Amino acid sequence: MIDTPKGLVSPTTATERVAASMAKRKKSERNFQLLGRSAIAVALAFLVVLFFSIFSKGLPGFFQYYVEIEVEIDREKLDPTGDLSLQSLYDGDARGVIRSALYAAVDAEGRKNKRAAGKLISAGAEQRLRELVYDDPSLMDTTQTLRFALDDDVDSFLRGFIKRETPENDRRISDKMVEYIDRLQSDGKIVYAFSDYLIFGSASRNPEMAGIYGAFIGSILTLSVCLVLAFPIGVATAIYLEEIAPKNRITEIIEININNLAAVPSVVFGILGLAVFIGIFGMPRSIPLIGGVVLALMTLPTIIISSRAAIRAVPPSVREAALGVGASQVQTIFHHVIPLAMPGMLTGTIIGMAQALGETAPLLMIGMVAFIVDVPGGVTDPGTVLPVQIFMWADFAERMFVQKTSAAIIVLLAFLITMNAAAIIVRKKLERRW
Amino acid sequence: MSDLHIVSQFQRELDAIKAKIIKMGGLVEASIVGASASLYNRDAELAEQVRAADAAIDALEQQINDEAARVIALRSPNAEDLRLLLTVIKVSGNLERIADYSKNIAKRTRVLLELRSIEGSPAALRRMAREVELMLGDALNAYVQQDQALALAVIERDEAVDQIYNTLFREFLTFMMEDPRNITACMHLHFIAKNIERMGDHVTSIAEQVVFYASGEKPTDERTKADITSSDATLSGMNPTRSIGAE
Amino acid sequence: MEDGKMVEPQKVDAPVRPDIDLAKLPNATIGDIYVENPRMTARQVRVNYGDKTAIEDVSLDIGGSEVISFIGPSGCGKSTFLRCLNRMNDTIKTCKVSGDIRLNGGDIYAPDVDVVPLRARVGMVFQKPNPFPKSIFDNVAYGPKIHGLADNTGHLKQIVQEALERAGLWSEVHNRLDDPGTGLSGGQQQRLCIARAIAVSPEIILMDEPCSALDPIATARIEQLIHELSSEYSIVIVTHSLQQAARVSKRTAYFHLGRLVEVGLTDKLFMKPQHEMTNNYITGRFG
Repeated sequence: MIDTPKGLVSPTTATERVAASMAKRKKSERNFQLLGRSAIAVALAFLVVLFFSIFSKGLPGFFQYYVEIEVEIDREKLDPTGDLSLQSLYDGDARGVIRSALYAAVDAEGRKNKRAAGKLISAGAEQRLRELVYDDPSLMDTTQTLRFALDDDVDSFLRGFIKRETPENDRRISDKMVEYIDRLQSDGKIVYAFSDYLIFGSASRNPEMAGIYGAFIGSILTLSVCLVLAFPIGVATAIYLEEIAPKNRITEIIEININNLAAVPSVVFGILGLAVFIGIFGMPRSIPLIGGVVLALMTLPTIIISSRAAIRAVPPSVREAALGVGASQVQTIFHHVIPLAMPGMLTGTIIGMAQALGETAPLLMIGMVAFIVDVPGGVTDPGTVLPVQIFMWADFAERMFVQKTSAAIIVLLAFLITMNAAAIIVRKKLERRW
Repeated sequence: MSDLHIVSQFQRELDAIKAKIIKMGGLVEASIVGASASLYNRDAELAEQVRAADAAIDALEQQINDEAARVIALRSPNAEDLRLLLTVIKVSGNLERIADYSKNIAKRTRVLLELRSIEGSPAALRRMAREVELMLGDALNAYVQQDQALALAVIERDEAVDQIYNTLFREFLTFMMEDPRNITACMHLHFIAKNIERMGDHVTSIAEQVVFYASGEKPTDERTKADITSSDATLSGMNPTRSIGAE
Repeated sequence: MEDGKMVEPQKVDAPVRPDIDLAKLPNATIGDIYVENPRMTARQVRVNYGDKTAIEDVSLDIGGSEVISFIGPSGCGKSTFLRCLNRMNDTIKTCKVSGDIRLNGGDIYAPDVDVVPLRARVGMVFQKPNPFPKSIFDNVAYGPKIHGLADNTGHLKQIVQEALERAGLWSEVHNRLDDPGTGLSGGQQQRLCIARAIAVSPEIILMDEPCSALDPIATARIEQLIHELSSEYSIVIVTHSLQQAARVSKRTAYFHLGRLVEVGLTDKLFMKPQHEMTNNYITGRFG
């Protein structure tokens, strides 16, 4: 080895040199692995912190404070006309019945005290009573222990956000109310239970009554419209572009445009929807139909791009085999290419849907931010969606909304995770070896 | 002329077989020359050498056959190469037979040396052997060069060899009838003449292999057999019914 | 060309020594391109990919019940010509086919011809076995189903069985017809593809290097199968193996640089090819 070796090295020399280089190579390999592992560790740490903060804030939102009191379900008061009709119930004095029960529970005497006692309970309690009696008229003229939600200020106090130590003038709860609360608590009448309002209630200014049900249904309706529009159109477009369209300038332009649309900010689609559907066509605002159309426009590029990739992944040998046996182009596409591409197409679609589920900006633009109390019955009823609901709740001042917002975020996350899990399951089921 | 094989080992194997055939041809030519000279010059030692040299020729034939079989088995030859290998087996067989005849001549020569000499025959035999030797040389050249024209010419020349044999046959009959003491010698000489004539036929066979090798087809013309001795009873010029010895 | 783009244009290899070899090409095909009562005839076929000419002035007859093999070096055009016979070249956008190709007298490139029934009459088996990712039964049944060959389900089952029997696969798969076709071995998959082609009752079966991905035993079985099938179908086989061409085919056609150099009976061609280029190719001389 005196002179510089030129060209290929002899095997013995090569063995020596390779062995010599191993130490350095192993070291850089180890460093790289270390880097990777620490990156993963950091990411996991952040993930843990994130989930911890979400759950610690949000889980309490699934519960709220109730009071259990004995109520004399007085028929005459509740149902003046005696026919158990809704009108009668509304004319009746459910509030009074509840108030009586409450006064009895805390021994409230005097107008001022009674007013304090009345503020303890949620404004929605009377509706509860009406619904209860309407569903089960046999309860009339009986004495039942019923559970009613406490007012949100009481709830906040019980959680410790409104402090006892604060001077009364600065507190939302008067000293008398505190006294009554203590009384009820020592009597064991205050219950911390799962909040049925959260899940089944709709939008409300009263935090203790607010729930996500309406928004949930609205999300489902909007996403349904989006899916029904985006999936067939997206898949058909992908098939057209991949299999049928001739390779010329026009097709190129279409492809470029679709790829660019995937990068357009979603708010632009909202503006589009506002201008075209609501402005020009004069359709009503804030309905899931329009929301679905806007989201479909937004999701189409994702579906088209992933579907095209899935179609391209089908090996040409399958197509040749089909053509060779005498299948027409259409038969080849529908009998062979699409079944093989379907897992990829579905995965892309579900991911697109999951993305659409979390969209807020475009729906704000078309007005799905209105305060809707009723649950939308169909796609043409006004509604809102979960992310928008969360956005609205985040704005409200009451303390209880903080928990409920976090709880709603958890629900949204659960929805998203479910959709992604569905994507994985679908893909695994449909995966075929060829 | 065709180009070389892409697989050079294959090319070398074919070249080696061709070289062996040429070598064998050379040995056989030398054998003919030696046998003829030993007869003409009455050289017993030379005759012995010719006889002993036949072993090497037999060995070469075996080698050529083995190698041809091996190349066929391993290389799956087609067309030209296949024709070469098929013909080389036959040609080596022909050469081996020619050498056997030559050895035979040498053996008879040693016997003849103890018998009385016959005038004129050795010269004619020498001429005949010379012609066969030249034909063999040309046939082998034609083989290696795939020269069809040359091969066909060789086939034609066999007629002359046959003619010489016919003449010698009549001569021997005459000698034998003239003097019965000539019979033994003439019988041996006749066998020698027959051997040389058969050598000529084998050379013709080699030439026919050349035609097949070069063109892929056997020569269509019937080989002109000028040797009529086996078919013509009037060759002696005498009445066939007359018994020998009379008159 | 009526199909849209399906497969990428095939890569055509450059010939070994185009300049020298071009000069040696004969003016016209040597040997007998005609047969009596041909099933398919091709006259002056020319194929261009864009501005590159892949094959030029190829004329050839394909007879009934014969096996003819196409041999030649890479890029000589044998596969291209094969794919003209069932218009599979239609799937390549840049491909232009000119000339006259007829099946039983009818021009297969006439403007009103539908390739779908053509491809049922001229079947194809590919180099790499490509069964559909379906069950064995569905693989074979697909063709008859889309062409409406079966009268009823029972008839369809019979068609499938007979096709598998003819392809020599029935005994091996008759009890597992619902298993995926892709789960078979390479040789079995190729026989399945042959069964698939047979199931639509073609007249001609085109095979593009069908054994190149198979081991010797599987190859031998396919060659035996070709022999058995040749009594009923015409088989055109493109092969890189000279020995395979010698073993299976009755006629052999030698392509080079897009031309049909020589065609003749296989035993004659392998013993004494008439053209120097054919001789050089089959003896392995390309010096």
